[in-house]
Amino acid sequence: MSIFVNKETKLLVQGITGREGQFHTRQCAAYGTRIVAGVTPGKSGQKMDDIPVFNTVKEAVINTGANASMIFVPPAFAADAIMEAADAGIEVIVAITEGIPVLDMMKVKNFLKNKPSRLIGPNCPGIITPGECKIGIMPGPIHMPGGPAGVISRSGTLTYEVVHQLTLQGIGQTTCLGIGGDPVNGTNFIDCLEAFQNDTDTKGIVMVGEIGGNAEEQAAEYITRHVTKPVVGFIAGLTAPPGRRMGHAGAIISGKAGTAQGKIATMKECGIHVCEDLGTFGEFCARVFS
Amino acid sequence: MKIHEYQAKQLFQKYAVPIPQGGVAFSADEAVKVAESLGEFPVVVKAQIHAGGRGKGGGVKLADSMDEVRALAGEMIGMTLVTHQTGEEGQKVQKLLIEQGLQIEKELYLSIIPDRETAMIAIMASEAGGVDIEQVAEDTPEKIIKVFIDPLLGIQGYHCRTVGYGLNLPSSILKQFNQMLPKLYRLFVDYDCSLLEINPLVITKQEHVIALDAKVNFDDNALFRHKDIVEYRDLDEEDPLEVEASKYNLNYIKLDGNIGNMVNGAGLAMATMDIIKLAGAEPANFLDVGGGASAEMVENGFRIILGDKNVKGILINIFGGILRCDVLAEGVVTAAKKTGIEVPVVVRMEGTNVEEGRKILQESGLSLITAMDLRDAAQKVANLVK
Repeated sequence: MSIFVNKETKLLVQGITGREGQFHTRQCAAYGTRIVAGVTPGKSGQKMDDIPVFNTVKEAVINTGANASMIFVPPAFAADAIMEAADAGIEVIVAITEGIPVLDMMKVKNFLKNKPSRLIGPNCPGIITPGECKIGIMPGPIHMPGGPAGVISRSGTLTYEVVHQLTLQGIGQTTCLGIGGDPVNGTNFIDCLEAFQNDTDTKGIVMVGEIGGNAEEQAAEYITRHVTKPVVGFIAGLTAPPGRRMGHAGAIISGKAGTAQGKIATMKECGIHVCEDLGTFGEFCARVFS
Repeated sequence: MKIHEYQAKQLFQKYAVPIPQGGVAFSADEAVKVAESLGEFPVVVKAQIHAGGRGKGGGVKLADSMDEVRALAGEMIGMTLVTHQTGEEGQKVQKLLIEQGLQIEKELYLSIIPDRETAMIAIMASEAGGVDIEQVAEDTPEKIIKVFIDPLLGIQGYHCRTVGYGLNLPSSILKQFNQMLPKLYRLFVDYDCSLLEINPLVITKQEHVIALDAKVNFDDNALFRHKDIVEYRDLDEEDPLEVEASKYNLNYIKLDGNIGNMVNGAGLAMATMDIIKLAGAEPANFLDVGGGASAEMVENGFRIILGDKNVKGILINIFGGILRCDVLAEGVVTAAKKTGIEVPVVVRMEGTNVEEGRKILQESGLSLITAMDLRDAAQKVANLVK
């Protein structure tokens, strides 16, 4: 089992004819993801490899039955692309784009409120159910199919590091997803925790956070009340100075809020097994999950 | 992006938000000229630096005569102002804002921020103006009024009334306030602000509501649609190495430590800084070269790290995905040869084409220290600072 995506998922790619879109579409297809359509306005009727391209998401959905979308549209147009996908009834929207203005994302978030679509990201590596479906830019081979770990993270390469160490320990993954490094994003830690708790194949959960905001604190409180599976946590940014954006738009300590120290303390209080040395993360998980 | 108070007030003026009369001055002569145009005393001389806490640091002073304006302006221009936000090294003052002194009846606090948790635009206000609002929020949270605005709907009359009555504004003031708040909201939205703060917003003895201070920050991700704001950028306020890095699209932040580091991805970069600290050293910087880093970016990264004279060693930590390890290794070798690196460099690579990458490093003839994994890298960094 897995969460949100699996081998039945039918993917369309918004921005499929761009450089990034093309490259990653091929990578995902090579991994085994079922890619049924692409969308680039003005290019309907063309094909990218063997994948038909449409002008609009709606047109692509009607013709192919796509139920998930991967977005590679540039920042200035990405909010529009997400809303178009939601309007066309796409179930899982994965926005890879980095650099979308916060105000645009706030509008998107409010637009999505009463819609069934799930947005993952933006500014994220995507989601992968190892061996079944890869929607995103993560390197496929570092993953190990079959569980028992579910992985949620706010980062990209830091997630690869964590997954790689799990795989080296022989700990496979049910699903791994990056929820994105922006201050306003779609799916949050709690949505994923709930899904992993309900997924029978997931026996333990890995949660990778970083400085900024209070998503980790809220997740920790949720865990005490609703999650019975063991959770291993990691927080990046113990040495980050206050008031500076650390690469990710959302990674900023504002005053006394959003520090790594504060998050780690709350997570420990809530019974999460916090690993403070990334170098030994895999072994730490092996101990907790055994 | 941050701008100066005088620039923020230019934006306020554009939106017809009341501000004190005044103007910017780059010299004592100019300061006197602005003061003359105001026609009466007292006059306020305000140092223009991006950091807050200027008043306490001696960067805001009252003058009662033209001689005093000249003297104060002469002292302030060129001085290094140290506040709780500048750090010990302080910030050099190069411009002043000269303004009319107001007769103040009451000081209020007002700010607009994007609330990440609710994805709404939040207006915060308090009768406790002119003080550190974070302290107010901690000690007496009931003194802060908050309203949340759906960005799809925009500001409504009741939002303004909630804030205005919450501030116990007398009816003579309320009307002005209710006219001003939507203008500030429009400015915030039009310009993709990440913070708009007026502390204090004052009510004068003459019963006018005036923005005595103005702090406006912008969402860096939205600057592509605000060319006029980009014009406001003041490079004197930024670290020279950070300015240099930004030219090459490198995400670099200078820190106080001695181990430089270069990483792909922001989360892993932060975690790598933490590992350096855990190993007993201190990170000299944050540097994310991004997912699609080229050999050229690696080279520029090296030069910027080495521009910091405190750096005693460098840790390169790359998890190759899109950025292949062999490409990175080529970049490291080229950069090391070109820049003539004299400090030890620990390289830890993992991911796509890692074997090819390691081979390139080994055969380069350079004395690079290869680490097999993160723990190994941490130990090797620890050895550097022993």
